[in-house]
Amino acid sequence: MSKNNLSSTLVILRPMRYIWIYLTLSAAIIIPGGVSLIVNGLKLGIDFTGGSTIVWQVNESQDQSIRSLFQENNIEINKYDRIGEKVEIRTSPLESSLYSKLNSKLKETTSITELSYESIGPTLGAELLQKTLFGLILASALILIYIAYRFRSLKYGVSAILAMLHDLLIVVGVFSLLGKFWGVEIDTLFVTALLTILSFSVHDTIVVYDRIRELKKHHGYLDFEEIVNRAVVETMGRSLNNSMTIIFMLLAMYLLGGETTKWFIFALLIGTVSGTYSSTFTAAPLLVIWNKLEKKKKI
Amino acid sequence: MHNKRTLIFVIALTVLSLVIAAPKNYPVNFKLMGREINFILSSPEIHLNKPFQFDRTLNIKQGLDLQGGVEVTLRADMANISESDRKDALESAREVISRRVDLYGIAEPVITTKIVNNDYRLSVALAGVDDPATALELIGQTAQLVFAELPSSTDSASYADLIPTDLTGQDLTKSTVQFNSQTGKPEVGLQFTTEGGKKFAEITQRNIGKPLAIMLDGFPLSTPIVQETITGGKASINGDFTLEEVKNLVLTLNAGALPVPISILEQKNVAPTLGEESVQASLRAGLLGLGIVALFMILMYGYLGFIAVLGLIIYTLLTIAIYKLIPITITLPGLAGFILSIGMAVDSNILIFERMKEEVRKKIDPRTAMELSFGKAWDAIKDANTATLITTFILFNPLDWPFLNSSGMVRGFALTLFLGIIISLFTGIVVTRTLLRTFYVKK
Repeated sequence: MSKNNLSSTLVILRPMRYIWIYLTLSAAIIIPGGVSLIVNGLKLGIDFTGGSTIVWQVNESQDQSIRSLFQENNIEINKYDRIGEKVEIRTSPLESSLYSKLNSKLKETTSITELSYESIGPTLGAELLQKTLFGLILASALILIYIAYRFRSLKYGVSAILAMLHDLLIVVGVFSLLGKFWGVEIDTLFVTALLTILSFSVHDTIVVYDRIRELKKHHGYLDFEEIVNRAVVETMGRSLNNSMTIIFMLLAMYLLGGETTKWFIFALLIGTVSGTYSSTFTAAPLLVIWNKLEKKKKI
Repeated sequence: MHNKRTLIFVIALTVLSLVIAAPKNYPVNFKLMGREINFILSSPEIHLNKPFQFDRTLNIKQGLDLQGGVEVTLRADMANISESDRKDALESAREVISRRVDLYGIAEPVITTKIVNNDYRLSVALAGVDDPATALELIGQTAQLVFAELPSSTDSASYADLIPTDLTGQDLTKSTVQFNSQTGKPEVGLQFTTEGGKKFAEITQRNIGKPLAIMLDGFPLSTPIVQETITGGKASINGDFTLEEVKNLVLTLNAGALPVPISILEQKNVAPTLGEESVQASLRAGLLGLGIVALFMILMYGYLGFIAVLGLIIYTLLTIAIYKLIPITITLPGLAGFILSIGMAVDSNILIFERMKEEVRKKIDPRTAMELSFGKAWDAIKDANTATLITTFILFNPLDWPFLNSSGMVRGFALTLFLGIIISLFTGIVVTRTLLRTFYVKK
């Protein structure tokens, strides 16, 4: 294929001209979440802090007697939520025997059904936090090594990991805000969601990078920025379509899938949207910037 | 020719998956052309003896959060146990708990041990328990070992008459597996403390020729006949034991010799009704999602999309069949992982179809374009999925690295995601390519 022939098929769109717009947009989303993360942190659920959550099916008329029973036993109620026929009670970690006592005491006078009970000691929480960090670091390191190896360059690996951190920051930031304003807590499932988002993000980025690698092989004479422009435009369709199918599934689960996994699905939803955006508008621009810096150094 | 063979393989695999994935005891009745059709749909059971034992009832195994039950993490207090005996003591505690759970009559309890930062833990999962409080009380007790003798006045050999002696688990230092120096058969070795040795000598002396029962939590473990007076604090129980029997006996005896108080670190009770609701909700969500994805694919890619949807249906059947065969315990996050994987399974199809569009735009004929696209898209598919596989590896933590998470919930999710990637690669590449070669090009 001659050079002339190729230029006629070149795309008119040059997305990499507007790198600063993308970076500003990312910053506009990351900064509020990041500030909230520093100021408010995350609202940790009992998986992290330790504590007990009781869910009973019991009539509303019993609320007062339940509260007074807890008071008699010197148990402080951290949260008391009534949802229809259900009541959800949060306390500090209860002794199993004490909980059994409460349960049987209430059964004597009222019709009450245990739906779920969860109690976690405080030591397990600290461990979970530590393990989460280890998991994220290890997964990032392995993926970085793999990409750097497959693309024969460290810059691909590092840029992909930076784009991934961008997605994780957005999700964590959004959950910090959700925690502050809606009391949304993070739990073990949130950790799972983070690791899944990590792999989504990298998955998408690799598809774009693969196209860059291929174009570079066939049209090595082109300017690097030009190659990235083409790669991004050519992979946009697949990126959007694939994310759409995942988003459909997640939306269906968010709307119909029940209470337990609701926030888990929501985290995945934000992560998927961010991951789709970042592979085109963060991961690819980072390569262009890196390339420019490299050139400057050489001159 | 080659394609024909692959096609036959794909069809056979689909039919097989359909049979395995079929629900259990699902009544079907409808009217067809005036005739009433009425039967019960049910997947078969598999029982193989040769070449290896393989029994599957082909039920979907539901995790605790779906079928209801109790899950506890216990901490074994090792303060009074010497460093070198702690591992044995933990194993013994496990054996004792599993014994008690068996007595309680719970199907398939799952009991695992774990040592984290010098913390000795047991995790017990009991599915389908309707009275968690009683079950926990049973589990939480510290093992009580006592030696008991028959009353001296009577000759009746009824165990109900056994009288506990003052020789208890505290007097036993340790029990070990050993082999008889003459017969070479496995036997149980007992080693007593100095105090215990004296008591044991007295008891054996007055019980020669009579049984001496070893009781754990009020149940006789073993009732050896005393042969002679045993002094020196060492004894052995021999008989026609298999090595396995001796090992089990030693474990339980050690539970009495090395008793560890147990406290609850974490507990989860789930009522069966709650799980049932979650399953129904997730299934509805999954079906709706599948429908939308199918519609989307057909709208975007027309005939190609239709083939991809066929591949997706085969993917779903194949996945359910593999869940049943392995079998995999499905938890709520696992179910979410499965449903999510349906959305991801078309990824390789989309990659290939987008390639085809590009190739066709270059005025390459569709058949060549198709073959080219499968080849060109492969690099991207391979690299992208390897990255996801790395993540599932970390999530699942198959080597049980203590610095990584190993909770059942996370593992369930990782396993379904892992299988989803492998199976979707197969359906996205082998199955759809075969279907395309057969149906698309001939058109």
